[in-house]
Amino acid sequence: MPHNIFPLNRRNILKLGAASAALPFMARAAHAAAIKTAAIYTVPVEQQWVSRIHKAATTAKERGDIEYVFSEKVANTDYERVMREYCEAGHQLIVGEAFAVEDAARAVAKDYPDRAFLIGSSFPPDAAANPNFAVFDNYIQDASYLTGLIAGAMSKGNIGMVGGYPIPEVNRLMNAFMAGVRVTRQDAKFQVAFIGSWFDPPKAKETALAQIDAGADLLYAERFGVSDAAKERKVLAVGNVIDTQGDYPETVVASALWHFEPTLDAAIAAVQAGSFKADDYGQYSFMKAGGCSLAPLGTFEGKVPADLMAQVKETEEKIKAGSFTVAIDDSEPKSS
Amino acid sequence: MEAFEILFTASLWAAAVRIASPLIFGTLGELICERAGVLNLGIEGIMTAGAFSGWLAVYLGGDLWLGVAVAALVGACLGLLHGFMVVPLGLSQHVTGIGITLLATALSYYFYRIAFPEVTSPPKIEPFAVFPVPGLADLPIIGPALFQQTPLTYLAFIAVALVAWFLYRTPAGLAVRTVGENPAAAEAQGINVVTVRILAVMAGSALMGIGGSFITLSAFNSFFFEMTNGRGWICIALVVFAAWQPGKALLGAILFGLFDAYQLRLQQLAGSVVPYQVFLMLPFVLSVVALIVMSRRVAYPRALMVPYRKGER
Repeated sequence: MPHNIFPLNRRNILKLGAASAALPFMARAAHAAAIKTAAIYTVPVEQQWVSRIHKAATTAKERGDIEYVFSEKVANTDYERVMREYCEAGHQLIVGEAFAVEDAARAVAKDYPDRAFLIGSSFPPDAAANPNFAVFDNYIQDASYLTGLIAGAMSKGNIGMVGGYPIPEVNRLMNAFMAGVRVTRQDAKFQVAFIGSWFDPPKAKETALAQIDAGADLLYAERFGVSDAAKERKVLAVGNVIDTQGDYPETVVASALWHFEPTLDAAIAAVQAGSFKADDYGQYSFMKAGGCSLAPLGTFEGKVPADLMAQVKETEEKIKAGSFTVAIDDSEPKSS
Repeated sequence: MEAFEILFTASLWAAAVRIASPLIFGTLGELICERAGVLNLGIEGIMTAGAFSGWLAVYLGGDLWLGVAVAALVGACLGLLHGFMVVPLGLSQHVTGIGITLLATALSYYFYRIAFPEVTSPPKIEPFAVFPVPGLADLPIIGPALFQQTPLTYLAFIAVALVAWFLYRTPAGLAVRTVGENPAAAEAQGINVVTVRILAVMAGSALMGIGGSFITLSAFNSFFFEMTNGRGWICIALVVFAAWQPGKALLGAILFGLFDAYQLRLQQLAGSVVPYQVFLMLPFVLSVVALIVMSRRVAYPRALMVPYRKGER
């Protein structure tokens, strides 16, 4: 008996109904010049993480792919309301971050099944409950690992790390960085501290100064303020997510950059094709997808040993080719 | 480095005074307000407004000291608003103060975005540099702690002395203290209670503004929207700790700074099994303990939070 590829049961009839309901929207999306996109950020667009999303969205807007509006500094308690307002206003692609508002954000997505949601989240997508709710995060551990290789060789073995909160996004990159350091300096000692705030640069700076006092000669700058301490005490710093070497030319030796463009462009293409699904877009931040990179050495060109850079280059090629994978470790890093 | 040895490092004490500096200004400011009988919960917002306006003035090309002056002026204006609401109008000091905090914080960010609509990283200024006091900066421990700081920290020390002198050695200071203890008696002495209270709130708020400007002009070099991060609320507690005395306010602020600087260093010790949150909590827990010990003999200004209505019995 031939296999029935489309059994006419109740579930499939429902699916058909949903698909035909979505048809007008899909047709419109395919022909529209620009996708109406709204981004909702809980922090100002200067914040490192969000600045990368904002940059990619601005680029896509200039390219004519999307119409882009955004709300920044939206309180978590207000987040759901703002999401609903943008949905009611007819925006087709909603970009945001649901780290503290997972339930509310997913509830909104359920109420607007014909919109696409591309949301930063620590949790996996749930295709059954929210077929239109895709997640992303800054999975830039590949680049962090490479900065670790450089840091290990440039440090004498005592590295200070200052983070905001030990959440997966932060831990993952710290752990990858530490793994990289241990390759080029097996006996490296780490001082790890969290300041319990995303926005207290003076406190981040004080913490970094405390680490320098305790012997750190290289700092991992997860927060604003750390590079300032490094600059003041003339030690090196490694940047994260953004490139701050322009502000600290003698201090920031390497940075792991996040590029949100592949993530956003993949979502735009999916919306245009009418195939947007509850995918995990995290992979678009991987190095082989072009989602992250090692910042150019810039002012440190020539100050980093050539054989080290050859090793970094070789590792980078292996990561891109897929023959080497940087482990994803979300556990809280500890001082050693 | 072991936990105990850290206490004898000069850098710990230098950090303690650095962390304490904005708190010294804020606590003095709150102290003046409360001495005149007005609780000023607008402090958190006024510090934020001071941090922003002072920084903006410098960013637009002003001198660093002009930035401090602008922060003081903005603080005084917000103080005038608070004073007008709670002194002649006699509104709830709690509600008005919280309102001022919300308003000032939101306005600071609003104007920040108006001024910088298209920035991808926070604009920076050149902040106050460390100014070692000749002859004293090289003393062991005391030198780095007290005499290798930025000029704003020295200003904080001077402010403590000035406020103490003003409150206890001048007729105007006596008037401030009297309207906070017994406004009817002050009125009988020919003192205009409303005027004195409003001026005290303005002066105190100006100090809060300067405290805020320390964050952006000395501790750091750019403005972030939540960067006051509760420092104002700490000042409210420090005023109680200080029993409304400027000298003890200085002591309390430095003690808090010391706890904070110490926990930052304890966090770095290897092999720690204590979660980092415990360390972050440490200065607050110790402050609460200190508050409990110190506040046993505390005497509030008698007319604190009591609106004065002329002729009312």
